[in-house]
Amino acid sequence: MLLIDCPWCGPRDENEFQYGGEAHIARPKDPALLSDAQWADYLFMRGNPKGRHRERWMHRSGCRRWFNVERDTVSHAITAVYRMGEAPPATAKPAATGDATSAEPRSSGDPGQWPAGGAE
Amino acid sequence: MSEQSHRLDAAAAPGRIDRGHPLRFVFNGRGYEGFAGDTLASALIANGVHLVGRSFKYHRPRGIVGSGSEEPNALVQLRTGERTEPNVRATQAELFDGLIASSQNCWPSVGFDLGAINDMASRILPAGFYYKTFMWPPSAWMFYEGLIRRAAGLGRAPDDPDPDRYEKRFAHCDVLVVGAGPAGLAAALAAARAGARVVLCDEQAEMGGQLLAHPRGVGAVIDGRPALDWASAALGELASNKDVTLLPRTTCFGYYDHNALALAERVADHVAKPRQFQPRQRLWKLRARRVVLATGAIERPLVFRDNDRPGIMLAGSAAAYGMRYGAAVGRRVLVFTNNDSAYRAALALFDAGVGIAGIVDLRPAASGKPVEDARARGIEVLAGWALTATDGPSKVRAALAMQLDEAGAGVQGPIRRIECDAIAMSGGWNPAVHLYSQARGKLRYDGAQGIFLPGRTEQALAVAGSCNGAWSLGACLAEGAAAGAAAAEAAGFTAASAPAPAAAEENDSPARLLWVVPSDRPLGEGGKHFVDFQNDVTAADIGLAVREGYKSVEHLKRYTTSGMGTDQGKLGNVHALGILAEVTAAEPGAVGTTTFRPPYTPVGFGTLAGRDVGALADPVRTTAMHGWHVAAGAVFEDVGQWKRPHYYPRPGESLHDAVNREVKAARTGVGILDASTLGKIDIQGPDAAEFLNRIYTNAWTKLEIGRARYGFMCREDGMVFDDGVTTRLAAGHFHMTTTTGGAARVLSWLEEWAQTEWPELRVYMTSVTEQWAVAAIAGPHARALLAKVGTGIDLDAKAFPFMAMREGNVAGIPARVFRISFTGELSYEINVPARYGMALWQALMAAGAEFGITPYGTEAMHVLRAEKGFVIVGQDTDGTVTPIDLGMDWIVSKAKDFIGKRSLSRADTARGDRKQLVGLLTDDPRVVLPEGGQIVAELKPEPPMAMLGHVTSSYFSANLDRSIALALVRNGRQRIGAALHVPLADRNIRVKVVEPKFIDPEGRRQDG
Repeated sequence: MLLIDCPWCGPRDENEFQYGGEAHIARPKDPALLSDAQWADYLFMRGNPKGRHRERWMHRSGCRRWFNVERDTVSHAITAVYRMGEAPPATAKPAATGDATSAEPRSSGDPGQWPAGGAE
Repeated sequence: MSEQSHRLDAAAAPGRIDRGHPLRFVFNGRGYEGFAGDTLASALIANGVHLVGRSFKYHRPRGIVGSGSEEPNALVQLRTGERTEPNVRATQAELFDGLIASSQNCWPSVGFDLGAINDMASRILPAGFYYKTFMWPPSAWMFYEGLIRRAAGLGRAPDDPDPDRYEKRFAHCDVLVVGAGPAGLAAALAAARAGARVVLCDEQAEMGGQLLAHPRGVGAVIDGRPALDWASAALGELASNKDVTLLPRTTCFGYYDHNALALAERVADHVAKPRQFQPRQRLWKLRARRVVLATGAIERPLVFRDNDRPGIMLAGSAAAYGMRYGAAVGRRVLVFTNNDSAYRAALALFDAGVGIAGIVDLRPAASGKPVEDARARGIEVLAGWALTATDGPSKVRAALAMQLDEAGAGVQGPIRRIECDAIAMSGGWNPAVHLYSQARGKLRYDGAQGIFLPGRTEQALAVAGSCNGAWSLGACLAEGAAAGAAAAEAAGFTAASAPAPAAAEENDSPARLLWVVPSDRPLGEGGKHFVDFQNDVTAADIGLAVREGYKSVEHLKRYTTSGMGTDQGKLGNVHALGILAEVTAAEPGAVGTTTFRPPYTPVGFGTLAGRDVGALADPVRTTAMHGWHVAAGAVFEDVGQWKRPHYYPRPGESLHDAVNREVKAARTGVGILDASTLGKIDIQGPDAAEFLNRIYTNAWTKLEIGRARYGFMCREDGMVFDDGVTTRLAAGHFHMTTTTGGAARVLSWLEEWAQTEWPELRVYMTSVTEQWAVAAIAGPHARALLAKVGTGIDLDAKAFPFMAMREGNVAGIPARVFRISFTGELSYEINVPARYGMALWQALMAAGAEFGITPYGTEAMHVLRAEKGFVIVGQDTDGTVTPIDLGMDWIVSKAKDFIGKRSLSRADTARGDRKQLVGLLTDDPRVVLPEGGQIVAELKPEPPMAMLGHVTSSYFSANLDRSIALALVRNGRQRIGAALHVPLADRNIRVKVVEPKFIDPEGRRQDG
C-alpha cells in the first residue's frame, strides 16, 4: 500500500488514487499523418522497466488532479512527484524501457497543431 | 467437575494464573475447571488432557505441541451456535467461564475415529496422492473434491449470521513496535522516551513475551531486579505516556509497502460475549514512519520417528505451561534436544516439581553450565543419543533411545526404553522472520545455526531481539533499545543516549543440526517422521517428491502441501528446506525459502469486513421520486448503486404482463419514466465546444444555443466508450448526459484529457447528476399533458423542435425541458432541481390521469428503445465495438480529429466483416431468444460450430406482438435477409437477420 505525496493534498494512502500508466506519452499532434505501426506504438506500447518508472496518478478520492510520480518498480520507492506539465527531475534517470523502437515514433509525429475549431 | 490433576503446587510454580478465580469449561462434552489467566490449552494440560484432535490426512491422534500462534495441532471448534468459530488455536484461546470447545476432524469422536483407517492405508496415501488418484474421469473431480473436503475438513463455519460487530480503525504513528518481549519493550521505551508516538502490539493477552514463560526470562534479572518487575515497570511507564498506544491481543498480520501494516485486535474474544457496543475484533490499518520488528523466535521440533504422539511437545512450551500457567505437561517428562535451551526448560520444570525422566542430547560432547546444572540435580543426560521410536496406545508412554553414530546418519548399540508420559523436544529456534519477509526483506541463511536471518530490506524498519538472531536476554534488550532509539531518531526525534537495560549474558554451546533423526529402520518404514504436523507431511514424503522431480522449493511445497496448513508451517518449514537440501545435496541457503505472505495467522472475514456488511456493504442511491415508486408498488432493480423501478405491477400482473401494458401505453397514450439517474455533467468554459469536439465522434462547435445532439465517445482504440445527449445552454456552457452506469467513468475521462493532454483548453466539468430530478414523458399525448400542467414554453413543434431545449416553469417549477427521445415517441425530458422532483412527478401524474398516464420502468424502457434499435452501451457493445460496427457511420466526422478516430482506419478496425449490429426475428414470433445466445450459420449435430456472434438484447414486443432481438454478427450487414441459427442446449432456434429497427424506421413518431 503505497504512500503517495499528492502535490496538492500531501501524503495520502494509495487507495485514494487511481493509476494512469506510463507518463510522458504525448498524444500525436496529427494522428492522420501516422502509419498504422506508429499509431499502434502510441496506442499500445508501454515501457515495463525494472527500476525507475515515471507514471501518472490521479487523486481520485481527493483533489481529482492528475500528476506524475517517479517510482522504482522493484522497491516501490517513490523518488519524485511532480505536476502535469512540469519537467521530470533531471537527476533521476529512468530505467530503459527495454524496447528501443517503442520510444521513437512518439516524437516523430507531425508537429502541426490540433485543428482549431470544428470542421463540421 | 474434575480436579485439576496436573496443576502444579502454587508455591513451586505460581504462574500468571489466578487460582482464586476458577472457571468452568466444556471440552468434547466433558466438564473441566481451569483458572483465570489460563488458555484453553493450559487448562486442558492442567487436567491431564493432551489428545485434542486428529490429523488432517491420516487421522492420527494429536496433542498440544506449542503454546502460542505456532500451534499446528490443537485446532478446536470454539463456542457453539451463531458465535461458533472453527480452527481456533487452543493455545491462544483464553479461558472464560462457560467456554465450550470441541475437537475437529474426527468422527464419531476424538478417541475413536473411523478416519484413522487412512493411517493404516498410508502406503496408498503418499505425497501428491490427490493429484495421482483423482485424475480420471475429469468430470468426477467435483465429486471427489466433496468427499476429500469432508474427510479432511477442518472446522465448520457457523450457519447463522454473526451477531457481533467488527470495527476498523486507521491510525498513524512514528514508531510501531511489533512484539512486547524484552526487545520490544526496550525498543518501545527508547522510542517513547525520545517523544515519538509509539504503538506497541503483541499477539498475547499479557505483554512481556518470553519474560512470562521462558526459562531464560522468568528467573532473570534486569537492571538489578527480577525481570518481571522490570517488565511491569516498563509497561507502567508506557501506559502512562499519552503518546503510546499499547495493543495486547493484537496480531500484526500483514506488512505492506511503505510501512502500511494491518493489525487484528481481538477486543472481546476472551469473554463469552462482547459488552453492548463493544466490537468483537478491530482491524487496525496502520501507517508507521518506522517499524521495529521484535517478533521473537519459534522453537522447532525434532524430526524423529513417531514424533507426533500426544504428549510430545516443544520444550519451551512445556516450560511455559509450567512457569506461566502452573500446569505440568507430565509427571515424568523426557527431554530430547540438540541445543542448550531445552536444558533450561528441564531445569525449570524440575524446580517446579515436575519429574524429569532424562535428557537425550544429540550432541556427543554436551557440556556447559546448563548440562552441569542438570547433572547436579541428578538428571541423567544421554549425550550423543537419539530417540528412535515412541510408544503408547495414543498418548506417549515410553520412548526408545539408541546411540548415534559419529556422522549422525545412523544409530547403533543397544536399545534403551525410557518410560515417560511426555516428551519435551527442541530442535533449536527459528527467528520469526515472517513479517520481515512480508516486507520484502531478503533472508540470509546462517549455516552454523541452520536458521534464516533478516538480511536486507528497502522498508523503513529495524529488527531486534531473537527474530534477529540475538539469543541472550542481554543482547535482546540491547538490540531493542538501540533499534527503538534509532527509529525515533529516523522519525525526527532526538533520543537521549541512555544505557540499555542490562542483563547477564549467557552463552550457549552450539547446537547439532540433524534435519532427520535416524532410527533403526529405513526412513518411512515402521513409523513416520513428521515434518509438518498439521498437513501430515513426513520426511519420507519430501524424499518421494524429490524423486518424482519436485525439486524446487515452491513445487515441493505445493506437491507435498508442507507448510500449507492454517499454521503456514511455522514449525516445520525450515526442516522441510533442510531435508530438501540434504536429499538434493545442496546448501539450505541455496534451496531458498517459499514466500511468506500475509496473514501471519488466519484473520476472520468479519474482521476484514468490519462494519461494511448488510445495508452498509454498499451505498444505495435513490432518486427524489423514490418514495412514490415504493408507494406505487414498483419492483426495483439495481443499476450500479441506484435503485430504479424495474416495472410497476398491478395486482395479479407478472413482469411480462406489466411490461406489455407499460410499453403499449407509451406508444398509444403517454408513459412516464424516472430518468433522474442518467449521468449529468455541467461543462463550462470558453473552450468547452472545442473540448467536446475532440471528445465526441461528431462535430460540436457549430451547435446552436438551445439545441441538443446525440454523441458517441470512443476510447483512443476506436471502441465505443459511452453515449448520451449533450445540450448547448450558452456559448461556453453545455449540459452533458451519460449512461447511468457510466457517469463517474465519463467525468474521470473528461478530466483526464482536460488535465493531462489539453491543459491549455479553458474548460471545467462538474457532476450535476444528483442536482437534477428528471421525469421523461413519452407518447402521443405527451405534448397535451405538458400543455395541461403549464410550462410557459411555446410547445408548437416548429417553435420547440426535436433535439431542442427550452427553459420554463413546468407546473410552476423552474425547469429545463429537453425534447429528446429514447423511445422514438414524442417525448420530453423535464429536468427540475432535485428537491422539486417529487412535486413535478405528482403534478404530471395528476394532470395525466385523463390521458391514462402510465409509469414505466427500466424493463419497458429497454423494450421501447430496442423496438427502435437504439443501443445501450455496455449491453449491445462490449468494448470491442466501433460506431461503424453499430451502423452509425453518420455520427463519425470525416472532417475533424477526435479521440479514437485514427484507430477506425487501422486494418483490423476498418475491415468489412467485423461483428456488426443487426436485428433478429425468430421464425416463431412467440419465441424470445436468450440474451447471450450464440449465433451460427451452419448447424451441426453438436459443438464445435463456427460462432458468428451473439444475441445482445432480446424482448417480447407487445407493440409488434412478437419477439425482437439485437445481435452482433460477423459480417452482419451483408447477411440482412439471411437465415441463421441460435443453437441452445435443448433446441435450435431459426432466425432471420433484419435491419435493427423494428418500429417506425423513418422516425415520424417522435414529432407526435
